[in-house]
This record gives sequence, structure tokens and C-alpha cells, in this order.
Amino acid sequence: MCGLCGVLNHADHWTSGPGEASGATRPAADRHLRAVAANDVLALFGLKLESWAGRYTLRSRTGKMAVVDNLGAVWVEAEKLIGRPCDPLDPAVLAQLEAKGR
Amino acid sequence: MSGVREPVVAHLITGFLGAGKTSLLNRLLAQPALADTAVIINEFGAVGIDHLLVQSVDDDVVLLKSGCICCTIRVDLKNTILSLFERARRGEIPPFSRLVIETTGLADPAPIIATLSADLMLKYHLRLGNVITVVDVPNGVANLNGFAESRRQVAVADHIIISKSDLADAAALTGLRQQLGRINGAANVVVLDETGEPAQALLLDTLNDPASREAAVAPWLGANSGLGHEHEASHHGTIGTFVLEADQAIAWPRFALWLSMLIHSHGRKILRLKGLIDIEGAETPVVVHGVQHLIHKPLHLPGWPDGVRRTRIVVIGEGLDRELMQRSLAAFCLPGQEVQPEQAAQ
Repeated sequence: MCGLCGVLNHADHWTSGPGEASGATRPAADRHLRAVAANDVLALFGLKLESWAGRYTLRSRTGKMAVVDNLGAVWVEAEKLIGRPCDPLDPAVLAQLEAKGR
Repeated sequence: MSGVREPVVAHLITGFLGAGKTSLLNRLLAQPALADTAVIINEFGAVGIDHLLVQSVDDDVVLLKSGCICCTIRVDLKNTILSLFERARRGEIPPFSRLVIETTGLADPAPIIATLSADLMLKYHLRLGNVITVVDVPNGVANLNGFAESRRQVAVADHIIISKSDLADAAALTGLRQQLGRINGAANVVVLDETGEPAQALLLDTLNDPASREAAVAPWLGANSGLGHEHEASHHGTIGTFVLEADQAIAWPRFALWLSMLIHSHGRKILRLKGLIDIEGAETPVVVHGVQHLIHKPLHLPGWPDGVRRTRIVVIGEGLDRELMQRSLAAFCLPGQEVQPEQAAQ
């Protein structure tokens, strides 16, 4: 737990990855990288993820906000914020991602 | 032994009614190396018939009181497991270093596995080991054809034990093996007759053990070579095994994002997922595996088991479109890679 803000540490979620084979850890930097990667996709839904106090904040364009512990918890809150499903098999989502990648 | 202090490995033995689960369990527990095993048997109905047959583990057997394990999982099984740990702590039963849960023949094991792995209190005490599914030759094909529970028991298995092989002819055994392969092409399949001694490794070797991790992964690669790119759906129902692949390294954050989104939207259809992932910045593969909505902590492997550096994800699912999933994997995880026409087809 963070001694300043009392936030529990949830770093052991599977989305945090396997860590370094050597055992070295860099949780804050990794959390930032995960947020950057997530924002490539979340932008399609008008959402933005930021690392905050060992967790993340998820914001919509209208200013709605949710706090999530890990990437696995993003999608439940994302759907609440935007009011529609976030489906990685949705052909419209895939077409947008494919267009961005080219 | 430190059974109450270290995470105990919990294995699941499942299989349809009369398949030979208890017989397998008895033969496993007769082996000295597995003596420190506690057993929970899920009682279905008023009489714990199976319990009467498990004579060698009387002191460590706990019967669930209220019927099918999958219906009462959140309370009874959790309380039963915690009470076993408490009894061990008080010295009422010997300390144990592994736990075996034998389900009823009618149980769908997927929610049992998910609950065992997701409950915060149980996670502290337990680590999920192997799912061992027993299928008998005389009745196996009929059960797979007739009962969704039987198909789902096979779909989630790490090891499939074909039992009573001495009670049927070679053609029946071949037919059963083919049907098992169509449902779950990633499991280790072992044929056992009525007198055969099952390998201790069923309860000793797991993915979490670095020493046996590569051996545990080997059957997944068999699924890859056996099925290629084809979606091999089961004849009955749509449970089948297929493989997703990627030829270039994937950034872990992108993969985690894609997989978390996938299991959020389609987790109920993903009965098992087992993958070797080529992660950017890592020379060796990362192992990812899960059941429905649950993904286990990823693990490092010391090397590529077959020398082939390529992401391969075995999916055992129900009603999933392999081509669409392959397209999704590429779009999310491999930005800039051209999508092949056959991958884009739906």
C-alpha cells in the first residue's frame, strides 16, 4: 500500500506481464507504457487512460472519469463511460485500427 | 512439509459419470510420492457413492453437502477448502502439499476452475495445477455426442486419460481419440487400461514448476502442428481447437490490452487459451494460459521448445471465428502489418 495516499498495490495482475526474466522490476515505467499502448485503441472510443498512484484513471471526452486497477478492469468502466460495447472482434473497430496502422 | 504456509497446488479430476475418475484417483494416491495429497470429492445427490470407493484417503476426504459443485461453488467449495487448511493448521489432519478435487460427472469444470483461481482468499492458499479429464472408451463417444458437460470437460483438460481401453476394440479407441482431438487438440492424451499405473507427473508436474514447464507446454505445440490453420469444429456443438499465430514480436502492453478486451467481450466462449508469445525485448517465450474470463500470471520459458520463434496461441472455444480473431490479433498487436485477404474474410 502507498503510504501517502493509502492506495493498495495491484501490480500482480496478469496484464502487468511476466516481469523481467532477471527478476528486475520497473512497475511505474511499465504502467506508463501500458497506458500509452491502450490509448492507441481507447482513442477510437473517445477515451484516455493515464497512470495514477499505482492505478489508472480513465476519462471520456465529456469529462466523466473512472479509476481502474489494471488493464483488465478498463473495459467494464469504458463501456459504462461511453454507453456501448468495446468488442475487439467488431469489424468497424478492426477497420479503424487497420487504417491507422497503414 | 509446509502445506499450510506455501501455496498448495490444486488439481481437478473431472469426467463423465462412470468414466473412472475415482479409480484413477485411487491408483494415483496409492503411489508414495503422492501421499501428502488432500482430496475433496463433490457429492451429487444424497449418497456419496464415490466416497465409499476412496478408501485410502478417508481422513482427508471432505464431501460437499449440497449437490453439484458448479451450483454451489462460491460457498461450499470455498468453505470446504478453507476448512481443510484450518484442520491442517490445528493438526487434525496431516499437512498436505497438494489438493485434488474430484468433480461430479455432471459438472461443467470451467466455472469451478475460474472460481478457484479468482477468489481472493483461495488465491492466497491455492495455485491451480492440472485439469485431468477421464474419458472411458466404451461410453466416451456417446457421452461426447450427447452431453455438453462431457464436451466441456474435455475442452478444459490439460491431460485426458482414456480409461477402460481393455474393454473395447482398437477401432473404438481410434474413433474416441479422433473426437477428443477435434474438441481439444492441445491436451496430453494418455491411454490407460484397468491395471495401468498412471504417471505421478499428473499431480507433480505443472506449468508453475520451472523444471516441468517446457514439458507441460509440449502438447500445445502438437495442437499447432496437427491442426494448422483450420478451425476443426467438433461434430456436435461448436467446441473446437484452433491456433492464432504471429511472425513478429509483440509489445506486451498491446497484447495485454487485446487479450483483456477479448476475454471481457468473449470470455464465456473461450474455454481454454494457451499461448507462447514472442514478446518484444525478450529472447525467450512468455507462456500465457487461461480459462474463460481468467488469465493466469504469465510465465517465462527458458527457450523456444521446438526452436521455432513465433507467437502461437491455442484457443479451445465455442462458437468463435478463427479468421476474425486472427485479424483482430494482427490489428491490435501488429500495427503496420498487412492483413492477408484470407484473414480479412469473415
